[in-house]
Amino acid sequence: MGGALPAGGAMRVMGAETEYGIHAPSAPSANATMMSARVVQAYAQVTRQRAAGGAETRWDYTDEEPLHDARGWTLERGAAHPSQLTDQPPVLDAEAVALAYGREELELDGQDESGTLLMNMVLGNGARLYVDHAHPEYSSPEVTNPSDAVTWDAAGDLVALATVRRLAADPELPAVNLYKNNTDNKSVSYGSHENYLMPRSVPFGDIVRGLTPFFVTRQIMCGAGRVGIGQDSSTPGFQISQRADFFEAEVGLETTIRRPIINTRDEPHATADKYRRLHVIIGDANLSQASNFLKFGTTAMVLSLIEAGLAPKVEVHEPVLALQTVSHDTSLTAMLRLLDGRRVTALDLQWMYHEAASKLAQDTGVGDAVDGDGHTHQVLERWAATLTQLDSDRAGAASSVEWLAKLSLLEGYRDRDGLAWDDARLGLVDLQWADIRPEKGLYYRFLARNRMQRIVDDVDIAAAVTEPPSDTRAFFRGRCISSFGKDVVGASWDSVIFDVPGYGRLQRVPTREPLRGTQALTGGLFARHRTAAPFLAELLGHTTAPPAA
Amino acid sequence: MAGQEQQQPQSRDSQVEEDVPEAPPAPPEAQASASTQGVDDLLDEIDGVLESNAEEFVRAFVQKGGQ
Repeated sequence: MGGALPAGGAMRVMGAETEYGIHAPSAPSANATMMSARVVQAYAQVTRQRAAGGAETRWDYTDEEPLHDARGWTLERGAAHPSQLTDQPPVLDAEAVALAYGREELELDGQDESGTLLMNMVLGNGARLYVDHAHPEYSSPEVTNPSDAVTWDAAGDLVALATVRRLAADPELPAVNLYKNNTDNKSVSYGSHENYLMPRSVPFGDIVRGLTPFFVTRQIMCGAGRVGIGQDSSTPGFQISQRADFFEAEVGLETTIRRPIINTRDEPHATADKYRRLHVIIGDANLSQASNFLKFGTTAMVLSLIEAGLAPKVEVHEPVLALQTVSHDTSLTAMLRLLDGRRVTALDLQWMYHEAASKLAQDTGVGDAVDGDGHTHQVLERWAATLTQLDSDRAGAASSVEWLAKLSLLEGYRDRDGLAWDDARLGLVDLQWADIRPEKGLYYRFLARNRMQRIVDDVDIAAAVTEPPSDTRAFFRGRCISSFGKDVVGASWDSVIFDVPGYGRLQRVPTREPLRGTQALTGGLFARHRTAAPFLAELLGHTTAPPAA
Repeated sequence: MAGQEQQQPQSRDSQVEEDVPEAPPAPPEAQASASTQGVDDLLDEIDGVLESNAEEFVRAFVQKGGQ
């Protein structure tokens, strides 16, 4: 282990980030950052009950480089939008909150010893839970394949649910709802991002050319559906994607303003001369496991095509406009103009990518049903089946494709009650589809009735709330937190920092190779040691106990 | 590693039939109404789950900017 993953298919180091919509119905004007901090705090309280020694730890910001552009330059800090400065720890000082929102907002039990609210946690499953601007965000641990991406992303929804329950049980605080969606339909959008590890040797221009037509059309399988057209939903109707109307550029560094189809943020969180982390901001947050699986699986395969120099040679005319055209066309018949003069549908473009990906998977052997890598075959089969259904069996596709499932419910209401698209009840159906509580969330009502397919086991999702993936460095990070949480003072994607009695200073363990720190490499180490000091001594190669401070 | 696939490529109609497991097999002419029945049944359930006062609830869901 620790070597490379099979190339040419759907296996790749990847991860998901979900910013949840947050709303307190009984206190609609409550400060969103404050509420988000309470969510993080609530999970710290939940895990404190669960993991001996406490499970919360601070994020280590040393390696955050949000202004590094993959095209080869660094944005001046002064030129950056404040929301781009994500490398500065967002400390919500208790006094500042008290001044701004009144002292009754403060809940002193929710503070750590230094008097600030906890804004960041690293979890025992290797994930990060933190406050991103005005939303709670769960960033999944690194995984190596699309079904694990679905599992650990869905585990994040259970983490979020645990915080909702905790806050609902607290009589002192307003109950908080969390929504796995991407817009409030009043001109604000918040993201669900994907991250994929790529060799730095792949030219960024190839990535842009290879991915853009794919991203313009991927939504027909992965869109979550949205009631309303336009950023502020001022035009009544339904569209395929939550996010499409919020994209205004083809390529760029920003994520909160002038959002680009291809984001150039270049923070590898790994050995920087070997890897880049492709930061994908165009996707919808998915509750549908099938849509989520295809989102990660097909994108990973297209990146394999790009690395092999085999991406389809197509360029879409005015891709930002095309992205919105596709999103607004639920009939899937709109024709997109290619630069070579051809006119094709979104389905045609997806079939081009599928064909190229199939061929590469066949040539490399990773797509074989028996002797392949165990993932690529499933992605290719499901990809083809979904495109076929979208073309000829939409009722069948509605059990897997999220926007079609949501649309079927909305059409049911429209037929029964004669509702126009701007009726508030349809807006409520759209919103409540994404409520993460199983008893209130309409997606979960569909799941309970088997109207939506399951791709991963509920048991595996529940386990992933506390268990890290076994085959990436997330294993090491997660186990450090769950085994030695009280001795871990900080962690990030590529480090874990210990403060262990006996050591004179903090011990920072770098984890810059995403495929090291696996169970195969470090499982024995965790099994051999019950306390942090001897664990660290063996890890750092000390033959004896650490020198006395 | 999850990955255990449970394919359920059923059409909407076959799922609707699942929703009424106790009923005897419907004669062909009754199937269309069974489908309508299934949707009605679903909407009835969702009616009971939806937040009350849709207009106010949707209006109050205002988010601050995100990524």
